[in-house]
Amino acid sequence: MIQMIDVHKSFGKLEVLKGINLDIEQGEVVVIIGPSGSGKSTVLRCMNYLEEPTSGDVIVDGMNLNIKENINNVRAEVGMVFQRFNLFPHMTVLDNITLAPQKIRKVSKAEAEATAMELLKKVGLADKAQAYPEQLSGGQQQRVAIARALAMKPKVMLFDEPTSALDPEMVHEVLDVMKSLAEEGMTMVVVTHEMGFAKEVGTRVLFVDGGQILESGSPADVFDNPQNDRTKLFLSKIL
Amino acid sequence: MSFNWSLIWDNLPLLLQGAVVTIQITIMSVGCGFLIGMIASLANMSRFKPIRLLVKCYVELFRGTPLLVQIFMIYFALPMVIGHRIDPYVAAVTACSINSGAYVSEIFRAGIQSIDKGQMEAGRSLGLTWGQTMRYIVMPQAFKAIIPPLGNEFIAMMKDTSLVSVIGFEELTRRGQLIIARTYGSFEIWSAVAIIYLIMTLSISQLVGYLERRYKIK
Repeated sequence: MIQMIDVHKSFGKLEVLKGINLDIEQGEVVVIIGPSGSGKSTVLRCMNYLEEPTSGDVIVDGMNLNIKENINNVRAEVGMVFQRFNLFPHMTVLDNITLAPQKIRKVSKAEAEATAMELLKKVGLADKAQAYPEQLSGGQQQRVAIARALAMKPKVMLFDEPTSALDPEMVHEVLDVMKSLAEEGMTMVVVTHEMGFAKEVGTRVLFVDGGQILESGSPADVFDNPQNDRTKLFLSKIL
Repeated sequence: MSFNWSLIWDNLPLLLQGAVVTIQITIMSVGCGFLIGMIASLANMSRFKPIRLLVKCYVELFRGTPLLVQIFMIYFALPMVIGHRIDPYVAAVTACSINSGAYVSEIFRAGIQSIDKGQMEAGRSLGLTWGQTMRYIVMPQAFKAIIPPLGNEFIAMMKDTSLVSVIGFEELTRRGQLIIARTYGSFEIWSAVAIIYLIMTLSISQLVGYLERRYKIK
């Protein structure tokens, strides 16, 4: 579903990704962990070209992002959820969700709204359709953001530290939604510090540091039997 | 000296006609300036350096020279180049629009920059194009953010239109001059002119205040 081949990314002189090779199959829930500044978010952001790699190939659902025409098509098929929600503050929750399907998929307003209401029901916010983002709590906003991404009927969902900006008591409501998504078989890539989520839901855990994937394996392998010294050090600090 | 009230009352209709013309030219100029400024600010985000450079030259040129000189250039100098006279009304609106556009483009730039980068990313991540994201997500928010500075520009332009009196265009200030030339009532007429300007600019501030409250940034 997602292939990254020798992906490098530099910001000016700073090389953030030093050759990422990755192959994600349909139905996988890949959790990326690593210290801050390790490049883990950049790996994720290269998957939909929010960050354009300096070199290397990213191929999503058979489309190489090197070809400019593919970029918007890939983005329409890849949902993304951000750390800071990034809901559109001037629109109601319903309009946030229905905008992209109407403009890109050319879905009728009525149909888009019907889908949006279903999704809102799914994330437990059907009563908030007419609210504005500022009227919602962080956890509620993030659930709307997930619904907004799902409205495009994506094949993959990317999560960039989706719970890091939330108050502790709101973390579980977002994780629960993500868990049910995973159970439905959604292909997911999640950058997170929630090790509980990684263990419980992840099918594969990647440890990234210094712009490289240092360890890759099942949650049991990585958490209970890490091979790399830096993985061991990182896990000893956070577990 | 005594203040001759009847001088004001007798000439009030003439002054008010001038005030209407002032309002017209202000709306025309800020309206055109708004369009010019919006286009210029978008062009300023272009990937192509020559386009950005062109916008920068435009802004610096028209912000960095007096509006009075710009009016002279368009009304007196330009006809010598193109070979025929330019109507004072056209010259006045053109000069004021281009001048206003330079300021408005800077207002837009600041407004767009004030919108969180995550908004553009969220739009693009959904598959919207840059243009669609600008149109549906960034611009509507930027519009709200720029209401106050745009109001200031409107007020400034309304006062600056008095400069077009120098090319004989009969707006409020020119009307005042003409009445004084006939009646020698400098004190009365300039007082009346000043008060009419004040009433107009105060009305705009009221309107801007109302819009600000109505479109409170969420």
